[in-house]
Amino acid sequence: MTVVETPADTVELTEPVIHDEDGPGMSWSGRIMLMVPTLVLAVFFLGPFALMLRTSFYRRIQGGFYEPAFVLESWSRLGSDFYIDRALFSLRICLFVAAVTVMFAFPFTWFLTRMKARYQVPLLIMILAALTLSEVIVAFAWDLILGRASGISNIMVWLGLMSEPQSYTPGYWAVCIGLAYIAFPYCVLTLYPALSRIDRELTEASETLGASPLRTFFNVVVPLSRTNLVAAFLMVFVFTLGSYIIGQVLGRPEHWTLSVFISDQATYNSNVPFAAAIAMFLTAVSLAIVGVTTWLGSRQGRARQKAVAV
Amino acid sequence: MRLFRFFVISAVVIFLVGPLLVVGVASLNANQFLDFPVTEFSGKWYGALLTDPQWRASVSNSLKIAVPGAGLAVLIALPMAYALHQWRPRFSGVFMALGVLPFMLPPVISAVGALVLWNEIGRPGQIENVIIAHGVFFSTVPLITISLGLAGIDPSIQEAATTLGADGRRRFFTVTFPLLVPSIVTGYVAAFVLSLNEYIIAFMVAGFTVETLPIKIFNSLRYGFTPTIAAVSIVFTGISLGVLTMLARFGSLERLLGAGISDT
Repeated sequence: MTVVETPADTVELTEPVIHDEDGPGMSWSGRIMLMVPTLVLAVFFLGPFALMLRTSFYRRIQGGFYEPAFVLESWSRLGSDFYIDRALFSLRICLFVAAVTVMFAFPFTWFLTRMKARYQVPLLIMILAALTLSEVIVAFAWDLILGRASGISNIMVWLGLMSEPQSYTPGYWAVCIGLAYIAFPYCVLTLYPALSRIDRELTEASETLGASPLRTFFNVVVPLSRTNLVAAFLMVFVFTLGSYIIGQVLGRPEHWTLSVFISDQATYNSNVPFAAAIAMFLTAVSLAIVGVTTWLGSRQGRARQKAVAV
Repeated sequence: MRLFRFFVISAVVIFLVGPLLVVGVASLNANQFLDFPVTEFSGKWYGALLTDPQWRASVSNSLKIAVPGAGLAVLIALPMAYALHQWRPRFSGVFMALGVLPFMLPPVISAVGALVLWNEIGRPGQIENVIIAHGVFFSTVPLITISLGLAGIDPSIQEAATTLGADGRRRFFTVTFPLLVPSIVTGYVAAFVLSLNEYIIAFMVAGFTVETLPIKIFNSLRYGFTPTIAAVSIVFTGISLGVLTMLARFGSLERLLGAGISDT
């Protein structure tokens, strides 16, 4: 579990060596300004990781409690075929959703950044509103739309395209659609800064040289944003891994992702040690992905600096 | 290309807005059960929302969490962003990572973490626990908006203040802070709206004692559809839309989201 503990270690290491390299040294008030929030985050965000790790070795006792012990019960259960299978399913469905989401969000964001503010702002408001929408509401809305009583199949019947209404939920595709819905706005906002930074002159140059807008999009815009595409894909992947409600409302238990199992174990099954073990596993996976994303970003940053230097 | 653009944008708008339209129609259906096409419209479910003490209690619980929770998020983020920007301490990347990480990891992890922490302390199920958990989890949002805001301030303005004899504190309160107000407000509002809509952390930390609105919606969903759920969803979407529209009027939404800011 070194992966998880690295941030805590590094933070403690950095504390005594804070100083400024250029300009006046950091004043006491500056140190306090930095240290108080760091301390709050350390206690309430990093601290729980240590506790979770410890709790994952505790013994669960009947009645929803747990007692200090050192048993590997939770971890061996996590390593059972069933949970390995569930973990692989979670990764697979989230990878798939992330890929589809990026495929649609990328051209959308590109068009968005090239719009006049008059059109852009309402669309941005729509994206932000969709982002803040509670997952509960999203799941409920799709449950309605895909359901038998008043969903799209009723419209199909009404139009004479189908003979009788059908229910598409719960099911695999319902979960995919729900996940894509919550992932889409997040994906757009991840891509937005990078795409809006692409210089207009580049696309104009391409079009002056005779390339069609479509060709410019694929030969100029896409290659320019390859790193951002991968980064957005990975961030969306982690984001969908965290979804809890969608799988539960729009899917059957065989469509549940790891997040659903974590909260199900922690609450309805009152097995906090096991929930902690799955949470640690999910943390390791997510941290690895976030790490790769950050590394990609910094590599791109360096490449850009080099380009500027040349 | 035009056709392609039209197709992509309308597909996205239909995909994002369509479900809410269905919910909107369902919320106006006079019938207790879903039917299609709707035979009679009525606004009575919105009225039920205002009069039912259970729904009202859940709204008030959500507000009791979101108002101080978003405040805490700003209190964590503002000094951190300012110190990192002003003094650029060594390893500032590590501090930034610590500030951004809670929000980047799946929320269920923070939820289990907070649950275990408060069990350990021996005060599970308190509303303050949710406030703190939300404050920490959403502090990333104001941290980003404030950092972007600081990056957008012309350094020569601050230098001018120093040349004119202002010390660090005075410079902060008379120059930097007023320029930062839009970023702070955006950060607060975004954290507020997100906290209002947050389910999993609130549920795991104190879900059995403090029923927030998303928890209430989910609990009612388990007992089947009621048009009240549709009505409350529409009200909430309306609140988000209203708040965001206000933000767009207040400042440049494009800039607040990071358009045109170089990454150096």
